[in-house]
Amino acid sequence: MSRLRRLAVSLAGPALALVVAAVIASLVLLGTGDDVGGFWKVLLSVPEHRNLVSIANQTAILYLSGVAAAIGFRMNLFNIGVEGQYRLAGFAAGAFAGQAWLPGALNTVAAVVVAMVTGALWAGLAGLLRTSRGVSEVISTIMLNAIAGSLIGYFITRVGVNNGNATNTKTMPEGTRVGSITVFSDSPTKIYGLCLLAVVVGIGFWILLNRTRFGFDLRAAGASQSAAVASGVSVKRMVVVSMLLSGAVAGLIGLPVMFSDSFNYGSSFQTGLGFTGIAVALLGRNNPVGIAFGALVFAFLSQQATLLNILAGVSPDIVAVTQGVIVMAVVIAYEVVRRYSARLEQSQVAAQLSEADAAPPAGPPAAATAGASR
Amino acid sequence: MSVPTTGPATTVRPEASVAGKEERRRPGLRLAAFLFGGFALLCLVRVISGAQEVTSSGTLAVTLTAAMPIALAGLGGLWSERAGVVNIGLEGMMIMGTLGAGYFGFHYGVVAGVLGATAFGVLGGAIHALATVVFGVDHIVSGVAINIIAAGVSGFLAEAWFTDLQGGGPTQSPPLPTPFQIDLPFLADPANALESKHWFLLSDLASVVEMFTKNLSSLVVVGLLLIVGTYWALWRTRFGLRLRSCGEAPAAAESLGVNVYRYKIVAVLISGGLAGFGGALLSMVSSSGFQVGQTNGRGYIGLAAMIFGNWRPTGLFMGSTLFGYTQALPFRQGTVSVHALLLFVAVLLAAVGIVQVLRRARIQAVGAFVFAAVFLTWYLVTDIVPRDFTTMAPYVTTLLVLALASQRLRMPAADGQIYRKGSAG
Repeated sequence: MSRLRRLAVSLAGPALALVVAAVIASLVLLGTGDDVGGFWKVLLSVPEHRNLVSIANQTAILYLSGVAAAIGFRMNLFNIGVEGQYRLAGFAAGAFAGQAWLPGALNTVAAVVVAMVTGALWAGLAGLLRTSRGVSEVISTIMLNAIAGSLIGYFITRVGVNNGNATNTKTMPEGTRVGSITVFSDSPTKIYGLCLLAVVVGIGFWILLNRTRFGFDLRAAGASQSAAVASGVSVKRMVVVSMLLSGAVAGLIGLPVMFSDSFNYGSSFQTGLGFTGIAVALLGRNNPVGIAFGALVFAFLSQQATLLNILAGVSPDIVAVTQGVIVMAVVIAYEVVRRYSARLEQSQVAAQLSEADAAPPAGPPAAATAGASR
Repeated sequence: MSVPTTGPATTVRPEASVAGKEERRRPGLRLAAFLFGGFALLCLVRVISGAQEVTSSGTLAVTLTAAMPIALAGLGGLWSERAGVVNIGLEGMMIMGTLGAGYFGFHYGVVAGVLGATAFGVLGGAIHALATVVFGVDHIVSGVAINIIAAGVSGFLAEAWFTDLQGGGPTQSPPLPTPFQIDLPFLADPANALESKHWFLLSDLASVVEMFTKNLSSLVVVGLLLIVGTYWALWRTRFGLRLRSCGEAPAAAESLGVNVYRYKIVAVLISGGLAGFGGALLSMVSSSGFQVGQTNGRGYIGLAAMIFGNWRPTGLFMGSTLFGYTQALPFRQGTVSVHALLLFVAVLLAAVGIVQVLRRARIQAVGAFVFAAVFLTWYLVTDIVPRDFTTMAPYVTTLLVLALASQRLRMPAADGQIYRKGSAG
């Protein structure tokens, strides 16, 4: 297949999915007698500057969450526990930073490390349970999510401060905070400094996957465990290490907002990002660039959703439906496209083979191509 | 378990030893002995610790109500996974069930509510079947997507349907009618009198009698019948054998003329229906109406119960009871009751340790004894378990139980694998 054609085929999947999701969302709105026209007008309106900045922030945060999930997926591990990992890590980092044991920026760096280690350990627990006791990581991470919630509830009453209607961790000192980047001078919202972590993590993820031995082992073990074992990869070690990495990245999810906006862990801490990250990773096919695209789509939809209720009188929950439908439609579309291109390839090979039969001198090379594409 | 090992399992594993056969001869008896032993131990813990709520009829009644939705979700998982389709979308199908019960139950009554909940669950199952069986999408991916969609749909439709109703709101339905309750006072009253004596074992057995004779919801009874019915349908009929063959060796099944796709689709639809019915129980029996987010992970716990139960109805029900119990206990003088449970866990772990010593598994034995000592110390040096920790009980129990039991489990051989028609070749 030509390169152009291959590109078109691989883009056909997501495009098809977006169309299907749009149709289904419209049908649901028609069914409940909502304002379909208003919905699309709001959803497709060009965001104002301040909203653009919010979308950029949310994209970075969802990207971190997506990469955290994708590291597990690449190893065929379903780390549903990103949710619990980032919340526990966010709490640990918030509590640590609030204590102000270290001066200034050193405190920030240490808090980031605390978050990564906490996330890694919480995820590693699921990895260990799987390798040593054979517990499915799907179940164990879901349980660990619930346990994380209770643990935070217990500890926050001990290290936190009550400000009347809610309990937060202590507010971190001025020097520990991370500044924001102004993009538009007329917008009150700014890009959180730690959003740059998403860029670092993205590049790191790409290098890890494509330029390191670990990444090769990871992809090999994820694609075929028996083949990986045969070539000397320790699957147990890979499971634990990829859970640790996944958890470490998950630990970063809550930090951008915490260090540049809320300055403590408390009721304003955004929840549910871990589950959205799973969807984002699926949308981006666990690929460093694809995840960025998925994160952007989800961030855009979530941001526009906040306007729906005000401008069109439509419940923002419809966007959650749309996001779910996109995920489902994307995986189905990929499958359909994959089958289509497989059939295309088969017929091409068949055509080449019959050509080869017709002209015997060209025989060997054509047969070689056929063998390779099988 | 009470179920004799199925054909494929014995043929796949020729190493199943004589000892294994010995064990299997009277599996029902062994199970009953285990259950009774566990219950007696619980009674002993109640007497020693003085935490009367540990086996009170109130606790047991809440346990049954809490266990049933979990068991139904697990039963849904059982149908689907026995046919080879992993169904993590149970949570979403259950959410659909609660929504259906809220809408149809409010407008047309109890029966319609149950049927509507089941139908909504089937709808979720249909999406899963379409994605996994027809299109061959990864089962877990499809399940995750269904959970996202269902959560969104329930929030969206709840706002559209219930906001303007009297007693309803954007996140909850008006109070729903209560399903018929079974009351047998001539049994319940003497049992209650016996229970209040707090005698060892006798009072506890009286609690059990009371659980089944006082305000027992008819939907719970239906749920219990569905568990028995599932066992009969899957292990005692031709249909069930064929369905399970799709989960063990779909290629072989197809070569024998079984329409693998059709069986898988039927199984996933039934799976969704059962999860939906579980949702109906949640919104009509466990609480007074539908609420957004009511399922709160019960679909996942049901899946864990099924795995704990080794993909068998009996084990699944035991698992659900365990989770139901640990969910109920925090609400019955939780800080004291869960504290008493620490002693129970310590004794249980010590028993596991002794078994491991007899089996000459030294490392496992040491591990079990260490943990037993930890729990015993925790029990002795404290008086209560902090409230936040009591709510963790179901989840920690799940992890502990799976960590102890996972090695002995065997899932259907082709579970989770994508099957394409004609691959029998």
